Amino acid sequence: MSTLTLRQEPPERLDFLHVNPLSLSGLSEAEAARLPIGTSRRGLTLGDVFAISLDGSDSLTIEGGSSRFDSVGASLSGGSIRVVGDVGQRLGAGMASGAVTVTGSAGPYAGSGAKGGTITIEGDAGDHAGGAVYAAKAGLDGATLVIRGSAGDYLGDRMRRGLILVGSAGAHAGSRMIAGTIAALSVGDHPGYGMRRGTILAGGHGALSPSFVETGTHDLVFLRLLARSLRALSPAHADLAAGALKRYSGDLATLGKGELWVTAA
Amino acid sequence: MADLTLNGIPVIDTFAEAFDVAGTALIITNDTAKWAMIAAVTMTGFATSVIGCGAEAGIDCELSPEETPDGRPGVRVLLFGFEPNGLKDQLLKRVGQCILTCPGTACYAGVDGPHKIKLGGAIRYFGDGFAVAKRLTDPGSGKARRYWRVPVMDGEFLCEDFVRAVDGAVGGGNLLFLGRNHAETLKVAEIAVDAARSVADVILPFPGGIVRSGSKVGARTKGMMASTNDAYCPTLKGRAGSELAAEVGVVLEIVIDGLTSRSVAESMRAALHASTEAGAAHGLVAVTAGNYGGNLGRHHYHLKDLLSKEPASEAGAA
Repeated sequence: MSTLTLRQEPPERLDFLHVNPLSLSGLSEAEAARLPIGTSRRGLTLGDVFAISLDGSDSLTIEGGSSRFDSVGASLSGGSIRVVGDVGQRLGAGMASGAVTVTGSAGPYAGSGAKGGTITIEGDAGDHAGGAVYAAKAGLDGATLVIRGSAGDYLGDRMRRGLILVGSAGAHAGSRMIAGTIAALSVGDHPGYGMRRGTILAGGHGALSPSFVETGTHDLVFLRLLARSLRALSPAHADLAAGALKRYSGDLATLGKGELWVTAA
Repeated sequence: MADLTLNGIPVIDTFAEAFDVAGTALIITNDTAKWAMIAAVTMTGFATSVIGCGAEAGIDCELSPEETPDGRPGVRVLLFGFEPNGLKDQLLKRVGQCILTCPGTACYAGVDGPHKIKLGGAIRYFGDGFAVAKRLTDPGSGKARRYWRVPVMDGEFLCEDFVRAVDGAVGGGNLLFLGRNHAETLKVAEIAVDAARSVADVILPFPGGIVRSGSKVGARTKGMMASTNDAYCPTLKGRAGSELAAEVGVVLEIVIDGLTSRSVAESMRAALHASTEAGAAHGLVAVTAGNYGGNLGRHHYHLKDLLSKEPASEAGAA
């Protein structure tokens, strides 16, 4: 396992787009130390910020995190990255496969455009987790995003496929969803605002948009499959899917093929 | 002509001739085993012969809730056709008319293989634009599977996006039971069917697994592709070409299709042993097998290779 150990809090935001097990695998520690990761004219390199220990394996641990670590695991195409601490924005953005784990919290746009693999945030996530960045066609695009704590507003905004599993989410979770699944123990106001397709499963919720209509309680095979697929990631979410649920259909202001499942009172 | 015996019953030293076919498997689930079986029986109806019915289909086994993707009771059915395209046609018709229509039923791929057959992706058009797809991780394999959810009057019909057809499926393994009277010979054939069905990945597509109208290729009537197997018709005994001894009054056949050549061979082996074990008590005269001289089918299952309880090596090779 290769390790990067943070020497001290970085003086600026850092870009980790090109720091992953694959890119480091062919480099010596001296070569890796010269990789540019700074985002200012200061010209910071990996070696300026981290003590580097490489063994050529496909797993990388970053000891010591910071909310200034941007794009950690972005475009990852295999292997695993584990951050002991916090990260900044765009965690795992656009990743294709592999696993990224953060023991702390993440900034905004975690998992944006991620097509495959699993992103796990043990703490909280900022706004737009699994959401689309400005001008992007889609947010989460097939990957699995697990947020053990809470997520900010606009969770899964414009997500296209994949699964977001979250403890609690803020307002507008699943807004403008193209498709995919969000499972949350609770969501804030207006979940699924403008969603076209997709599934939001929520234990509790805030105010619902008036363009969602209740379709009643249904014992659907789909819910059984959903519960079984969630079980390995979170028994609490699986229990939620397996429990008594009420279904809302929406957003009828758009395509209206989405659904919101909430705990039946 | 009989120079082999098993459990005291003569076994003719011949072979069953079988063919390469396209095969697939479906898992049908429902809230109750009863309704899963109703769907499976309906879906595999009128599927005795690929020539006349378009496909040969049957029930492989019942599945417990632990063995199905959605945790409900299920039934695994097998479907065979000449080639994957013909199979697709039959699959769509049968799922569309018999599974989609059956209350509470869901439908999943039941086998892995190299040929992809679009199923839910085609059935979804019944949903008139209201159907949605859902990709979920299968906890068993860890792989994502895509399902279509078609709104229907009892909720939703859930159907896997596509199923797979296997290479190496075999159709036409068979045994013929030469008996003295109808009731006793039918009993022997029933025992053989039960034994044959105990092997996984096979079906016996004829009524109750048994066929009484064995056929030969061609006919005296112009244009007929196949006609009655006159050599084994007891009312034609004594004529030139009859294969029946004087004491034979009834011949019944079982036909076996399988996803693999090995499963067909093992099913035949089980049927041969069970039928001969019971044979003496039921007046069984001999057991033989049907073939077309060995020129039409690639798979030849020699009965002499099936006399041992366990396979010596890969049976059923050409």
